[in-house]
Amino acid sequence: MIPVNFDYESPSTLAEALKLLASREDAKVLAGGHSLLPAMKLRLAQPALLVDIGRIAGLSYIRESNDQILVGAMTTHADIASSKLLQRSSPLLSQAATQIGDTQVRNRGTIGGSLAQAHPGADYPAAVLALDAQIIAAGPSGERVIAATAFFVGMFTTALRPDEIITEVRVPKTENESVVYKKHHHPASGYAVVGVAVRLKVSGGKIESAALGLSGVSQNAYRATAVEKALRGKPVAAIREAAAHAAENIEALGDYYASAEYRKHLATVMTRRALEQAASGAAK
Amino acid sequence: MKKELIELRVNGRTHELALEPSKLLLDTLREDLQLTGSKRGCDDSSCGACTVQVDGIPVLSCTLLAASCEGQEITTVEGVSEHGSLAAIQKAYGDWGGAQCGFCTPGFMMTVKHLMAENPDPTEQEVRAALSGNLCRCTGYSQMYEAIKAAIEAEQKGMAAAK
Ligand SMILES: Cc1cc2nc3c(=O)[nH]c(=O)nc-3n(C[C@H](O)[C@H](O)[C@H](O)COP(=O)(O)OP(=O)(O)OC[C@H]3O[C@@H](n4cnc5c(N)ncnc54)[C@H](O)[C@@H]3O)c2cc1C
Ligand code: FES
Ligand code: FES
Repeated sequence: MIPVNFDYESPSTLAEALKLLASREDAKVLAGGHSLLPAMKLRLAQPALLVDIGRIAGLSYIRESNDQILVGAMTTHADIASSKLLQRSSPLLSQAATQIGDTQVRNRGTIGGSLAQAHPGADYPAAVLALDAQIIAAGPSGERVIAATAFFVGMFTTALRPDEIITEVRVPKTENESVVYKKHHHPASGYAVVGVAVRLKVSGGKIESAALGLSGVSQNAYRATAVEKALRGKPVAAIREAAAHAAENIEALGDYYASAEYRKHLATVMTRRALEQAASGAAK
Repeated sequence: MKKELIELRVNGRTHELALEPSKLLLDTLREDLQLTGSKRGCDDSSCGACTVQVDGIPVLSCTLLAASCEGQEITTVEGVSEHGSLAAIQKAYGDWGGAQCGFCTPGFMMTVKHLMAENPDPTEQEVRAALSGNLCRCTGYSQMYEAIKAAIEAEQKGMAAAK
């Protein structure tokens, strides 16, 4: 049961949805509802108006455009996990989606909702950071492109403005790179205690480029720039030492399951494993 | 509280209902339509006892507003039997003791039915992965996997016979 009532609108166009969202201070977008409705049951969120964007046509798709794959904001985790196009051309996003929650959660939850929610243990944030993805947000004054690296600003906090709606996520094709998403699941919630997304390019035994996104460790997902720097131009054997920087200068979260210290250690171990796996899968 | 008129299609029938926007699909099914097969095990999206199909996809009716489902085809466990006789999975549950208290069963049925439609020949691993969102406190799952295996075999034989 949801203890507090609210108004509900389900517009059929994005323009209408934006207008409704801007019409009231306490309006909120409803996508898959798998973060928002549980929060409303607990009165952690009490929007007075829900703008359900599930009836807007054309927000759920996965398609190719030059060197990018475009993913509509309402695309479910299940569709991202099973997309042949993503699996072939940019598998990191599929790998992350496969590890979200369970069957029913993946059938209903959306990528737009997950990014907007910015749960510290969510899986996509690590992946979109490693991919240098672009997040497209529509607002009253048009559309803007937000770099994933500028998107996550704190716990449950993003660069999105309250009157904006995410419409699309753009990821690069990574056919010539090796990508891996590794996750340590929280045994009860299923969220990431630590999630590591790695994108690696190896040529002639040397690491040409490396990008890493980490979820779960801290308030918000982050790029492990110290690890990236320690890898660039180095032989694959540099992985072990580089991985030790995974949680450097990061203020880690701690809870009854995993203390901050444990999480930081886990981050270095998972980072090493993810990198080793990526390196072994990469073209030599 | 303000109610809105909505049309819901459940198990092939259209119902016109006056509902508060905050009404969950699970409560609408149980309270307004007296379809009490779908269960509330946890109300926090964890157990899968409330699983129904919306346009053929298994989803949690405790984490879904009824209003969001207007115009979609909802199927509950009450709509699983075929022309008045038990579906293969229902029969196999009986034969193999797939249910003990039975509280989780309707939810499992809706997930299994979808799996069987999507993947007529799943591996045990695929069955387990598909059922990751349905919990059972009684059976220990083993008899349930036996029942599912039997239902899959029955359907395959049925399909072979129909060919
Ligand atoms: C049992 C359970 C287990 C889970 N496990 C995991 C897990 O392991 N890993 C993981 O990453 N996630 C997990 N989740 C969360 C799940 O992935 C959610 O689906 C996701 O966080 C939110 O997506 P949604 O479409 O359901 O959004 P909603 O719940 O509808 O919305 C979430 C928030 O985003 C806003 N919003 C939604 N869409 C948009 C948009 N397009 N533009 C702007 N704002 C928007 C809403 O206003 C709201 O504030 C789990 C959830 C449950 C219930
Ligand atoms: S009642 Fe819906 S998941 Fe438990
Ligand atoms: S049979 Fe009792 S919970 Fe599954």
